[in-house]
Amino acid sequence: MNSYKVREILGNYVFIVPALALFAIFSAYPFLKVFHLAAFEFDGINPQKTFVGWDNIVDILTNNPVFWASMKNALIITVLALIIQNLLALLLALACDRDIRFGNVYRVIFYIPPVLSGIVVGLIWQWIYDGNYGLFNHLLEFLRLGHLKRAWLADGDTALFAVAVIHMWKGFGWGFIVLLAGLQSIPRELYEAAKVDGANAWHTFMNVTAPLMIPVFILVSVLTILGTMQIYDIIVSTTGGGPGYHTEVPISRMISEMTGAGRFGYACAMGVVFGVVLLIVSVVQIRVSKAMKQA
Amino acid sequence: MSMTMERAKNLSVSALIHSLLIGVSVLCVFPLIWALSSSLKTQSTVFSDMSLIPKDPQWGNYVEAWTKGDFGLYFMNSVFYTSIVVVGVILVSSLAAYAFSRFEFPGKNFLFYLLIATMMIPIPGTIIPLYVLLVKLGLANTAIGYILPQINGGLALGIFLMKTFFDDLPKELEESARIDGCGRLRVYAYIAIPLAKPAIAVLAIFNVLNVWNEYLLAMLVLSDKGLMPLQRGLMVFQGAHITEYPLLMAGICITIAPVMLLYLALQKYIIKGITAGAVKG
Amino acid sequence: MSDREDAFLELAKKYEAETGVRVKFDLYAPSESYSQKVKAAAQTNTLPDVFGILGESRDLASFIKSGFVADLSDALAKDVTGSWRDRLFEKAFEVNQFKAGNSYGVTPGVYGIPLDMTTIQFVYNKDLFAKAGLDPEAPPRTWQDFMVAARALEEAGIQPLVSGFGEIWMLDALSSNWAMNIMGEEKFFDTYRGKVKYTDPDWVQVLSLFKEMTDEGVIVPGAVTMVNKTAEQTFANGRAAMAFNGSWCVNVYKGMNPTLNYGAFLPPQVSASRTIKIWGGAGSSFMVNNRSARKDQATAFLKWLAEADQQSFLANATNNLPANRKSLKDLSPILAQFADDIDNTTHPNVYPVHEDHRVLEAWSKGIQSILIGEKTPEQVAQEVQTAKEREMSRKK
Repeated sequence: MNSYKVREILGNYVFIVPALALFAIFSAYPFLKVFHLAAFEFDGINPQKTFVGWDNIVDILTNNPVFWASMKNALIITVLALIIQNLLALLLALACDRDIRFGNVYRVIFYIPPVLSGIVVGLIWQWIYDGNYGLFNHLLEFLRLGHLKRAWLADGDTALFAVAVIHMWKGFGWGFIVLLAGLQSIPRELYEAAKVDGANAWHTFMNVTAPLMIPVFILVSVLTILGTMQIYDIIVSTTGGGPGYHTEVPISRMISEMTGAGRFGYACAMGVVFGVVLLIVSVVQIRVSKAMKQA
Repeated sequence: MSMTMERAKNLSVSALIHSLLIGVSVLCVFPLIWALSSSLKTQSTVFSDMSLIPKDPQWGNYVEAWTKGDFGLYFMNSVFYTSIVVVGVILVSSLAAYAFSRFEFPGKNFLFYLLIATMMIPIPGTIIPLYVLLVKLGLANTAIGYILPQINGGLALGIFLMKTFFDDLPKELEESARIDGCGRLRVYAYIAIPLAKPAIAVLAIFNVLNVWNEYLLAMLVLSDKGLMPLQRGLMVFQGAHITEYPLLMAGICITIAPVMLLYLALQKYIIKGITAGAVKG
Repeated sequence: MSDREDAFLELAKKYEAETGVRVKFDLYAPSESYSQKVKAAAQTNTLPDVFGILGESRDLASFIKSGFVADLSDALAKDVTGSWRDRLFEKAFEVNQFKAGNSYGVTPGVYGIPLDMTTIQFVYNKDLFAKAGLDPEAPPRTWQDFMVAARALEEAGIQPLVSGFGEIWMLDALSSNWAMNIMGEEKFFDTYRGKVKYTDPDWVQVLSLFKEMTDEGVIVPGAVTMVNKTAEQTFANGRAAMAFNGSWCVNVYKGMNPTLNYGAFLPPQVSASRTIKIWGGAGSSFMVNNRSARKDQATAFLKWLAEADQQSFLANATNNLPANRKSLKDLSPILAQFADDIDNTTHPNVYPVHEDHRVLEAWSKGIQSILIGEKTPEQVAQEVQTAKEREMSRKK
């Protein structure tokens, strides 16, 4: 190999060195530490830990039904988000993609929910869902559906869905931005051409828009899965995981182990298991989307 | 279809679209209005007075929130941290993403998945070992110690996003530039990056919000008041038992304003596919 | 504790004027974040001279065993006038004290100085009581009285009871008050030890109390997922006639509704054979960092904080119960009502044996299930017993 080739190859790596360096220090080390701690019985305070090897992980996999129930809750919300939240984001993005009046105003407005802090979100939605004075119940009465009134966040049947709605309300703004960016980068000429060919809205979407948007769809889906599975702040500010275990999610279980039960090592093990589940779900999602792309 | 039927159809579709947009907008704006309204009330009326515009608006709450929460100082800090982190994330991740998209080198795929894996295996609980590491490196209670982990935090998404974007960008312009003898760095800087404005804008928006709202790392790592970001100011209004709601709401409204303004400025970069069309066409 | 910043700044100024020693307070909120910061600081040996440990004695024990907390028994003993120890309520010390043979294996000693006291009991709205035809000066004493009052309130269109039952420790507090009242402390602790089952009729009776309240609509709908702050708003705004809350509520209610006309009372007794006990003791405490170079100065500062003048000042500035007996005379009438019940207090931190967190969680969440009518007391008792057995087998 001549020196030019060597320089070329080294040059390739230079581009990725900053990223790798930061990753090695600030991601790899803490990660490995968490994996390490997962093998200990550690309370987060006393440096003297007991080594337990795989016990924590085995216990999580076999002896912790509450954790898996919380995983199921998170999965339910995630599926709802993937379908409803992203559909809404897509519709809104399509609507704003055209030359629509106040298009810019809408874009800013849809960005408000993600910007609001957890405190405001919690307070507002508690008020909306309140059993006695809630806005939602008032609305139902107004629509002659008063018999459906209840304390939405406190009812075992509706709590999880009520929380899911809050999450989707807060989350669609992100999907909207990314999808809009994707839509805006589709050349207008293609739409002109389709119109000339006499295609209607549905055909245009299926044959022009959708195929070009597949990478964006994949991105949004993966981000939705990752973001939704890790839902936590909303739970804390509205239901605290209750009633009972109805709105417990993996992160709230981890925090409970870490601070409530004082089992930091066990919580780390939960983190590891959770991470693996997320990885599997993400990879499956990407594979499925790529397969659909070929089709 | 006759012209009038066509027009009627267009109008009804348009009406449907507009009602959807307006409906969702109301749901989005409403909490902000409520926060603004609450910020103008007093502690004893904030939950009993249901009016949207209080009869006796306490504009002084904003002044009090600003001074009591030491916002002047924290504001400048937050602006500083946010700018540096966002620039850092964009630089580092676009460099890496460009390489992953355009170059070939051994271990490319492995390294790519490794870097974005942190996004897929987020493990809460890494923040404590991170803090311990910062102390060991002597970076606790320093601006650098607060900034670097956050740049790192934005890399996974940044690289994923930018690579996706670069992959879809046709290579002709870059290739002709290279044939003309341009070095890879110059091609990256002068051709690829300008074309990547929409992706960069999205990345910027994501990260600005993350850093601006960050408080956990700040609380663990920073002890000097002079280094603390805006979220620290909000803590003052939240005691273990007493929360000063009107002041807190005022504080929150103050912290939201700059982000919204920045978003307004940035979202213009997510423009119609004029630039993309110029390349793809 | 960031809501007391002003009060602390005043005290710091005063101390500097008197002794020339400068004290710097760093306050953090919310409480969970503060606890995380303290634990992280412990791991990196960067704890300040004086700090607080919120939460369970299990955590305090761990801090002590890791060498982070100074034993103050000597400093207390050396206080020749004896006044330091005697001045403060014994109950306030207990929470920070470990006695010989304690279940955590901590060397016996006193490890913290209480800043103030709290009790957790019932409050009631006198105006709403009058409106329902109940005597505003006679809150219910027994369970029967309580249910009668609740029904009267409901007839008058008033919701009887609210509390932050979304925070499971509140359910733990209330249910253990009644549990101890029904079965006595010995049997209570024997259950923790594993010698008595949770399926025992006495425990089921405790759960049935909650079922009875649910069936009669005593509890505000939505309370089961309410955080205490929301419950406090509900009571302060006159939307519920009674609340289960702690003495810190005096400060909270004052801010939300200064005209609220209310009183405090002990939880209604189920069994007449024992007086009911409530949770209480030291509200916040300060610990001295054992590894600090300024241990003595830190201890001197805490001693000064515990003196009557400072305690009275804090009590007035923050509307919390003082830890110093001598400051009692300076209390507002409503705080005095809470203070009256200090002698009836107990707290998990002073129990001789502790229950595993997961079992307590199953218990409290089980009560939540009863409150929403999803499970019966017998079902919940069985589930808790199953959880208990699982934890006991883990320890082997």
